[in-house]
Amino acid sequence: MKSTIPWLIAAVTGCVMIGAYFIPYTQSWRDEAAIWFEILAAIAFVLGGVNLFTQHLQKIAARRAGWGYSAITLITFVTTLAVGVLKIGVQSENPNLPWSGHYQFEGGAMWWLFEYAYNPLQATVFAMLAFYVASAAFRAFRAKNTEATLLLVTAFIILLSQTYAGTWLTAWVPDDYPAATFPGMKAIILGVFNTAGQRAIMIGIALGVAATSLKVLLGVDRSYLGSDGD
Amino acid sequence: MRRSVNQIGRRLTLNCALAVVASACCLASWTAPVRGQEGAAAPVGTAVAPPSGLIATDHPNDTGNAIDLKWTLSPDDVPDKKPRIVRGYEIHRSLADGSDREKLTQVAYHVGEYTDRSCEPGLDYLYEVITVGLGEVRSTPATLERPVHGVLQWFDMSRAWFGVIVLLVCGAVVVFTELVKSGRNLYVREIAGLKAIEEAIGRATEMGRPCLFVPGLLDINEPATVAGITLLSHVAKLSAEYESAIDVPTSRSLVMTAARETVHAAYLAAGRPEAYSDDRITYISEEQFAYVAYLTGYMVREKPAACFYAGTFFAESLILAETGNSIGAIQVAGTNEAAQLPFFVAACDYTLIGEELFAASAYLSKEPHQLGSLKGQDAGKVLAGVLLTVGCIVATLAALIPASPVLAYSLYFLKEVVLGKGGT
Repeated sequence: MKSTIPWLIAAVTGCVMIGAYFIPYTQSWRDEAAIWFEILAAIAFVLGGVNLFTQHLQKIAARRAGWGYSAITLITFVTTLAVGVLKIGVQSENPNLPWSGHYQFEGGAMWWLFEYAYNPLQATVFAMLAFYVASAAFRAFRAKNTEATLLLVTAFIILLSQTYAGTWLTAWVPDDYPAATFPGMKAIILGVFNTAGQRAIMIGIALGVAATSLKVLLGVDRSYLGSDGD
Repeated sequence: MRRSVNQIGRRLTLNCALAVVASACCLASWTAPVRGQEGAAAPVGTAVAPPSGLIATDHPNDTGNAIDLKWTLSPDDVPDKKPRIVRGYEIHRSLADGSDREKLTQVAYHVGEYTDRSCEPGLDYLYEVITVGLGEVRSTPATLERPVHGVLQWFDMSRAWFGVIVLLVCGAVVVFTELVKSGRNLYVREIAGLKAIEEAIGRATEMGRPCLFVPGLLDINEPATVAGITLLSHVAKLSAEYESAIDVPTSRSLVMTAARETVHAAYLAAGRPEAYSDDRITYISEEQFAYVAYLTGYMVREKPAACFYAGTFFAESLILAETGNSIGAIQVAGTNEAAQLPFFVAACDYTLIGEELFAASAYLSKEPHQLGSLKGQDAGKVLAGVLLTVGCIVATLAALIPASPVLAYSLYFLKEVVLGKGGT
């Protein structure tokens, strides 16, 4: 019963989604189902917040390794929540309604947190990606066998073609042979080999999605729902 | 909504009055150009020619609440002529008896079509299109000869071929499932990444370190996340059997709930329910890089011996895989994001490519009804292969023999009808 009811909900919603794609009359049902999912996700968000709070409190209480980070997490969590809920620094849009301003009001405390704390932190982690790309490329592009050598040569052509040097180095090639230039080679590699490979993978993924969805609808695989017992 | 007789009568009177005033204004503007501009190339207030050939048809494949309008542009609507005489076209709608006349919108110059999406199915409408010129001058209207109404279609014919393909693929899944259930033995090729899972968990047990399972960034409504959670079920069962701990930090609350249920069921199935703890399946953050920061921090501190990534990943894929690589963990990854696969291939020991992530559950469980779904996917691949081959041959021949109408139509049929919008 514990997994049958969730499966029934999933199956009925899935059938509605499929029906809405083919039957114009039921198109609004799809939007209804999506709204219900959003409501469910919003309720579950509270569950996530409570879990976040308890796990970090436990870590601080037990003084486990890295408990200082948990303390920072909780302080920022509570601060951001309070700033957002209390609309600190937000000017009201209507003088008679003091809470009428938008919580993301420019100049407000929430806006300030996003602008000067959240965005720089996001950008910092994203910028670190460049170093990870360099280290992964260093390992992937070692010419240890034929396939790796082929990958190295392909990557070299693509990288060179992205720069002005690629155009300049093959500028002497007659216009009748565009495929002999670095930009021409890049176009062929991306347009033919890369696209063909990508499409093959995409077809496989699409079929996998269809099969997984069908398994969910038919209840063939219910391992994601847990056990039937209490 | 139909109006009462009195309301219609009042509105009709008002409309007539407005029409008289508007006509008088138009006449006045045509006959009396603005003083001082009589000799200009396009003086403000100059009369503009009306559009012609107004056609209204029911918008196809909808609930009957849309009507398509098309008209021939006004002869004054010349794109290169400066200053521009035509400013746009006003579209008016009324009921078949002339009541409820209202201006719907004004489209820009050189636009000859509009779709009215505010109709009621079955209700007859009349439309008028009026050219609007400089100085808000309006032409006489282009009108419809007969009223038109929207028709509710019960099936979207533009998606009929897609429906046929879906039926074929799903039918193949069902047929092969039944075949396997009846005892037919099906060959399933070996998937190295899935075979390595047991080895990775065994290594974690030997080293006395935990396993890490990351179910991706998106919510439980994504098929890739569902596939990830089903893979988690098998990984958790193996972990329980090998007495190895498994940590599942999630970025979505619903995924956390589903993962807890799944891991709990797996521990029960393995006969070790006492080893299960909710504390190992936690919610971190929905923010991409906050989640990544936690995961990389966890990896560096706890040094898991095996890392599994199964679900939807974006820019964080390489950060996670490289950090896992740096701590010497065995890594198995699978994602539905084709753009992230190269990063996983570069940094992980094993990568589930394309449909392999979705095949994991069937491959690991070896359950007959699940193996049937794998064969169904193969049938879908054969179908895709046939379509691709036929398409390549037809396109090549159509390019070589451009004069052949049969080839040209075949190519159109494949591209636009089968793979396109159904040719409607």
